[in-house]
Amino acid sequence: MLKTHTGIKLIAAAGLMALAACTHKPPATVEAPPVAPPPSSADTAPVTSESSTIIPGSAEDLRVNVGDTVHFDYDRYELRDEDRSVLQRQAEWLQKYAQVRVTIEGNCDERGTREYNLALGARRANAVKEYLVSLGVSGGRVDTISYGKERPVCTESSEDCNAQNRRGVTTVVSGAASS
Amino acid sequence: MKRLALACLALLGSLFGVTSPGVAALHVDVTQGTIQPMPIAIPDFLGSGRGPQIAGVIRADLERSGLFRPLDQKSFLEQIHDINTPPQFNNWRVINAQALVTGQSVAQPDGRLRAEFRLWDIYGEQQMLGLSFSTTPENWRRIAHMISDKIYERITGEKGYFDTRIVFIAESGGAAKRVKRLAVMDQDGANPIFLTRGDYLVLTPRFNPTAQMIAYMSYIGGRPRVYLFDLESGRQEMLGNFPNMTFSPRFSPDGNKVVMTLEKGGNSDIYLMDLRTRSVNRLTSDPAIDTAASFSPDGTRIAFESDRGGSQQIYMMNSDGSGAHRISFGGGKNGTPVWSPRGDLIAFTKQASGSFRIGVMHTDGSGERILTDGWADEGPTWAPNGRVLMFTRSARGGRGSQIWSVDVTGRNERRVPSPGAASDPAWSPLIQ
Repeated sequence: MLKTHTGIKLIAAAGLMALAACTHKPPATVEAPPVAPPPSSADTAPVTSESSTIIPGSAEDLRVNVGDTVHFDYDRYELRDEDRSVLQRQAEWLQKYAQVRVTIEGNCDERGTREYNLALGARRANAVKEYLVSLGVSGGRVDTISYGKERPVCTESSEDCNAQNRRGVTTVVSGAASS
Repeated sequence: MKRLALACLALLGSLFGVTSPGVAALHVDVTQGTIQPMPIAIPDFLGSGRGPQIAGVIRADLERSGLFRPLDQKSFLEQIHDINTPPQFNNWRVINAQALVTGQSVAQPDGRLRAEFRLWDIYGEQQMLGLSFSTTPENWRRIAHMISDKIYERITGEKGYFDTRIVFIAESGGAAKRVKRLAVMDQDGANPIFLTRGDYLVLTPRFNPTAQMIAYMSYIGGRPRVYLFDLESGRQEMLGNFPNMTFSPRFSPDGNKVVMTLEKGGNSDIYLMDLRTRSVNRLTSDPAIDTAASFSPDGTRIAFESDRGGSQQIYMMNSDGSGAHRISFGGGKNGTPVWSPRGDLIAFTKQASGSFRIGVMHTDGSGERILTDGWADEGPTWAPNGRVLMFTRSARGGRGSQIWSVDVTGRNERRVPSPGAASDPAWSPLIQ
């Protein structure tokens, strides 16, 4: 029994409390797997125009000459008419460079809660994928990922910025020509 | 990774002294929130073991609660020399103290730290509480928080919440290239520990009921999935092997299950995984977004958000997925429902009039009250006693987020200290 002070009677004794999470040392973290190796293509196709050094079939070709981004209305995931032409060009490009695999990144503006925007970004990425597939691109070549509101391209709190951030971006995963 | 010893901290608490009989004269009503916090005198603890620091942590805990006003030590007329001798109550009445905490903290021959304190009712002229604790010296802050909890509990009649931790997302870098790391810290911001290095995105961590396990979302390897992080072993584990994104995890009250959202073909639905059998049950089947599920404390019901009615609103269902019905009708969009540990209220994020604010409603959706008035407040989490909430407050222009706290009364809004920008707090239960 515990000795009490000043002769006052001990009226209760609590038990031993064991706690594991109290040692303040950072546990080991899992290493990210290595990034996919760069495409091994030795393609040295000539430049497409005098002013451009963009290699056809490269990720840069998709980004600059085809257009890799479509935009969405607030809290919507339906494709806009003007963006369908961008995706039609993407589909043609993907038919031409049939070894290329892409990921569609779905993004949202900051005017939504975190979990909801993850779900909304998935809807947007999937809307892009479904349209590409409807145009004949094999679904097996197209992955999707949602970043919710975590990857804005514009960081001001304005509708102009929000409109830029509500986007689906087609990014090359593998199979593209080296730039 | 060295396995952390399970008994790395043993706290021995013992009541000593005669507590006041019957109804306490000294009482703070926490249901009203206080406009006049109780003046309390907490002199530096005596002894050889971090006495001033321990008293400082107790003063800070009680002050931050908004219910107490620790008095300036310079105003004290009496110096405590022996905590076993009753104070001269008149000396403390003169400076308007209603309560007095005296204590000492002594390094023991075996290297452990032994702290003891007494809580005195100045006007009732009696001891309200006397307790002692012992632990390893590096855990001195936990002793201080446990003493704060005992004082809070004795005077308010409510359980304390100071001996708790927060799991959160530590942020750094600009908005377009934000680095997010899984981190834990004490509820007062002390002892921050980073659990991931920031080379992949992590979001929405939640503690299990023993605060040993964290469920969170990680983009490691470019595959956004729900993971478990075991604080004891440091091990991370992907929860299940799903072909698509899994997110928004939360533990069941018994800790044996995780409710989370699975995305398939762009559609998000809520699933329940049993951690023992790894079996998965689908709870919602709707072409709408269904996510942000949160169990009732008795485990029988689940609140979640859905846009099945056309806009993001809060719904309730039984924990087997049956009986789903909308409960939020207070205007605007409403999401991120989180059940109070008491079971009486649901905290949520309201999106209306161009801002995001934290509110509470009864579990049937009635009695909605908005607690905060920020521009972008979201993602509430409850203190284990159901009296205080933390949430993420973001600044305009992508200038980063901070964790804030507010009483369930809507009073006492404060920023929670953190190492840099921080978001997605989740409050642990009282540490066992």
